[in-house]
Amino acid sequence: MPGCMAVGQRFAKMLGDSPIQTDAVIIGAGPVGLFAVFELGLLDIKAHVIDILDRPGGQCAELYPEKPIYDIPALPIVSGQELTHRLMEQIKPFEPVFHFSQRVDRLARTEDGFELETDDGVKFRAKIVIIAAGGGSFTPKRPPLAGIEAYEGTSVFYAVRHMEDFRGRDIVIVGGGDSALDWTLNLQPIAKSLALIHRRDQFRAAPDSVNKMRDLVAAGRMRLVIGQVMELIGAGAALSAVKVRGGDGEFFELPCDRLLPFFGLTMKLGPIADWGLDLHENLIPVDTEKFETSEKGIFAIGDINSYPGKLKLILSGFHEAALMAQQAHRYVYPDRRLVFQYTTSSSSLQKKLGVI
Amino acid sequence: MPKITYIDHTGREYSVEGDVGQTVMETAIKNDVPGIVAECGGACSCATCHVYVDEAWRGVTGEPSQMEEDMLDFAFDVRPESRLSCQLRITEDYDGLIVRIPEHQG
Repeated sequence: MPGCMAVGQRFAKMLGDSPIQTDAVIIGAGPVGLFAVFELGLLDIKAHVIDILDRPGGQCAELYPEKPIYDIPALPIVSGQELTHRLMEQIKPFEPVFHFSQRVDRLARTEDGFELETDDGVKFRAKIVIIAAGGGSFTPKRPPLAGIEAYEGTSVFYAVRHMEDFRGRDIVIVGGGDSALDWTLNLQPIAKSLALIHRRDQFRAAPDSVNKMRDLVAAGRMRLVIGQVMELIGAGAALSAVKVRGGDGEFFELPCDRLLPFFGLTMKLGPIADWGLDLHENLIPVDTEKFETSEKGIFAIGDINSYPGKLKLILSGFHEAALMAQQAHRYVYPDRRLVFQYTTSSSSLQKKLGVI
Repeated sequence: MPKITYIDHTGREYSVEGDVGQTVMETAIKNDVPGIVAECGGACSCATCHVYVDEAWRGVTGEPSQMEEDMLDFAFDVRPESRLSCQLRITEDYDGLIVRIPEHQG
């Protein structure tokens, strides 16, 4: 799987600023997005797949990689990880190109299709777009601290884009996972001061990072504070301190002008809301014949769509992908007649699958 | 059927009948008790079904597992009585259980 990612990135780099041309762009590499590659592939429609996560699987990878799923037809029990792995195996013959760790920010109609652009500036030109974005894109969770929005982008950050923004600053990092520990170790050398706040003295992060952090604390080069941030103190967009409730229940202030909270990921609809599609309660209404949105050529399949009787099940998404592909074929190959075929008997399908 | 009482941050009480074998999270969702989000659907992967177990009931509900403890890192205002309600599976002993719902789910 990492191989696919490398191909995607190399491909993007090679083309520089000129858009990548493809039949279909699939937004979301969860199980339904992956299976869409298969159904489109059988109909000779090539796809590029974009996902905000750094690996395929969507919620199966992020939320429940090891949890057993019991309602995938013919697989009495399968983990999210295993299901993803099998889908990747199944779609291999169609050579999808993956673009991980990117979010599609812009989608606009062109004369003969669509143009898309990711937050990394990678552009695509596609004849059709399939939104298989599940519960939305995984984004860092905002802790429910009063007034935090005002500090975001100036004092409060959920990711480090430019390390220089943190040079010579009084930095507070909150969390106990790998992101919190990695940034503690990376920013400590350039910070004026750095404190890591975590609610307990046990960490989920790699033991090696935890040991390195403890060495820095022992050497007096940073602080480890056991407690929870309960309040932000500052003026305008400038943070000056955080109020912490310590392990003993006592409150105290910790001066800082940069705060990096790492509280995991949550799903947000994100830029999809700005693409001019009809939305209903953060879902995209579709018809149940083609699973097309209010915009011709843009489809929505899986958990993100809604229609009467909709069930948010992986198996429903698979069905939706198959029907979507029929209509997709009409747009991509308007002059070609579509003949319904079975993979068990059609030599043309079997050739595409590489089995004969 | 064991009776479960949820108290929200304003003090409003919701007493509902729970089923043995179901979780305190599922029971809340089924009965439209507000304040429990359960974004991941009960996979112990999101910390949005956070509750505070009433002091008198902590002996019955026991201690969180390592996985739950790790996930509680993502919750807000975690206290010693904090639990993820998707990890509280109802037994007959839960009859009368009181849990409090925090103002915010992380």
